[in-house]
Amino acid sequence: MTTPTSTPPPAGPEGTAPPTETVRLSAVAADLQDERLIQQHGIGGAVRAFGRRVRSGDIGSLPVVIGLIVIWVAFSLLNPNFLSSTNLVNLTLQCAAVGTISVGIVLVLLLGEIDLSVGSVSGLSAAILAVSFVNLGWPLPVALLASLLAGLVIGLLYGFLYTRFGVPSFVITLAGLLGFLGLQLWVLGSTGSINLPFDSWIVQFAQQWFLPDWLSYVLVVLTALAYAAQLFVTANRRAAAGLSAVPAGSIAVRSVFLLLVLAVPTWYLNQTRGVGASFVLFLALVVLMNFFLTRTRWGRSVYAVGGNVEAARRSGINVTRVYVSVFVLTSTFAALGGILAAGRLAAANQGSGGGDTNLNAIAAAVIGGASLFGGRGSAFSALLGILVIQSISSGLTLLNLDSSIRYMITGAVLLLAVIVDSLSRRTRVSHGRA
Amino acid sequence: MTVLSPEPVHGAPTGELVLSMRGIDKNFGAVQALTAIDLDIYSGEVVALVGDNGAGKSTLIKILAGVHPKDGGTITDGDRSVSINNPAESGALGIATVYQDLALCDNLDVVANLFLGHELGRGTINEVEMEKRSWELLRQLSARIPSVRIPVASLSGGQRQTVAIARSLIGEPRIVILDEPTAALGVAQTAEVLNLIERLRERGLAVVLISHNMADVQAVADRIVVLRLGRNNGEFKVADVSYEEIIAAITGASDNAVTRRAQARVDSADAETGVPAGAATDSALPEEERP
Repeated sequence: MTTPTSTPPPAGPEGTAPPTETVRLSAVAADLQDERLIQQHGIGGAVRAFGRRVRSGDIGSLPVVIGLIVIWVAFSLLNPNFLSSTNLVNLTLQCAAVGTISVGIVLVLLLGEIDLSVGSVSGLSAAILAVSFVNLGWPLPVALLASLLAGLVIGLLYGFLYTRFGVPSFVITLAGLLGFLGLQLWVLGSTGSINLPFDSWIVQFAQQWFLPDWLSYVLVVLTALAYAAQLFVTANRRAAAGLSAVPAGSIAVRSVFLLLVLAVPTWYLNQTRGVGASFVLFLALVVLMNFFLTRTRWGRSVYAVGGNVEAARRSGINVTRVYVSVFVLTSTFAALGGILAAGRLAAANQGSGGGDTNLNAIAAAVIGGASLFGGRGSAFSALLGILVIQSISSGLTLLNLDSSIRYMITGAVLLLAVIVDSLSRRTRVSHGRA
Repeated sequence: MTVLSPEPVHGAPTGELVLSMRGIDKNFGAVQALTAIDLDIYSGEVVALVGDNGAGKSTLIKILAGVHPKDGGTITDGDRSVSINNPAESGALGIATVYQDLALCDNLDVVANLFLGHELGRGTINEVEMEKRSWELLRQLSARIPSVRIPVASLSGGQRQTVAIARSLIGEPRIVILDEPTAALGVAQTAEVLNLIERLRERGLAVVLISHNMADVQAVADRIVVLRLGRNNGEFKVADVSYEEIIAAITGASDNAVTRRAQARVDSADAETGVPAGAATDSALPEEERP
């Protein structure tokens, strides 16, 4: 596929781009020639551009980062133990299971759809794991595979019902919420609760495995280096193509910033038990999904379908396949979250995936900045959102507050997040950034 | 002047015959939407498809776009007969359609919209190459888009139309169908889009333009095909047809407000100058409404 090139690239509107390659490189980059563009140079310019974006409603993850800081400051004032390394290690371990479910919720929200049954699906997957591994004596990998497969099949069912009959996902998954809760109880049978053996590696993985200190630092440095390298390669390719490129100084500043953002918490967690393996798995899933969403055709088509289904269909995107793939991923992530939760609890019971699991996962995605209106959000929404949700939960538990209060406060925070989403959407529309 | 023969009205088409429709019929239930429609499409030429509401313009282009299959008649591409049963077959024939609603994804930027469904790169999307080609394409069209990395939502109506038309060129089509491209645009933006249509013609593309705006049609079209009640009702070369004649062909009546006023102008001019009544207007009218 090539763009028509019947004529050589003509000079820009102002004739600022001479045709010869050598001169063009030194001239204004091809994407910065329009005189209406507000040019930003240097760090001051970057700050001003950021301010303009925020004012026009393109706030991204700013509210959630501010919210997280406010929550942490408030709770550490109320109880100094909140910011202790021990508590933060617990916090990260609590994040892994529901956070993994929330990654799936982000995907389905990007399409402008919803999955209300993730809690039940995670509970069912935990039940299948426990029954097949403990009661039936299947090897652990087979039991895990069976649990994940259950999630996959449920997703296929949702995708089929949605694309074939056009039933709103809200209703399909509401039916799924009840139906798979029933299936979970049926699978568990009369005992109602099955303990997983403590020495099985899934329990060890979710509860006891932590990265050795050296490995955690190596991973931090490698991540920062990979980030820098990726920025550097992109900048070089853009410069070679005659487009504006991020200057090397800016790349260095960003990479060092990322290094600090990763290294300081890692060091702090390493003061006690360290970085949990399940939390690392969750982070890896977030980064992986971010890669698929931003760099692949599949990810682009997810955003396109969420933005304008008809436009996506006319562009030749197989809309049905996009819907089915996302429903499958959401249910599979829910099943994986259920496995992690069962591992952390070392048991599956009738309450697995019940209570606030469902709504916490959805709230996390929304609080993290995935829009309920579809087409906006990122995999990192799940990470930021679950940190907020679990911080509130952990802080209130430390204050010895009842779960009744916890539910009410979490509900209020969710409401606040949705209001921020709606307001920023309205501001975006009025500033032409919808 | 009105020609209903299969032969094009002008002697020397700017390019070669790209697609030829003969005797196209289409009915929706008991409604005969199109009856024996003929349409020839030449490269390097803008053909305007005009007609009143319900004349069958949209039905005809939907047959070309593969949205509706035809019920009768033939479509020939060069010397082979083709059928267009779905949008993919339309695209394979080199037909690109820009619908009135543009079908852009507001949440994606210009580059993503231009290449939607046709992203470059193996495995991962090659954003740099796509952005470079986007600029090349927009420059070739002399389109004034300030940045291709802003969401389409922040563009003006004319710029959105430009993006939609530019996107249709990504697949290197031979025929571009534009459905009411200027309907919702202001004066300056309309001029921008009309310039763009001229540039498409300069590139040797065949352009089929649907419009209700006769000023726009007369400004950019080379040839006008009039539909009325699902039938051909005249084919004109823009150079030698008047506004009144087109209106007469569209409405099917030589006696309407436009022609009466034109006649009044001619008469009053005659009264002042003493020159006999302008023959151009009278003689060029279609004789009668055709069955």
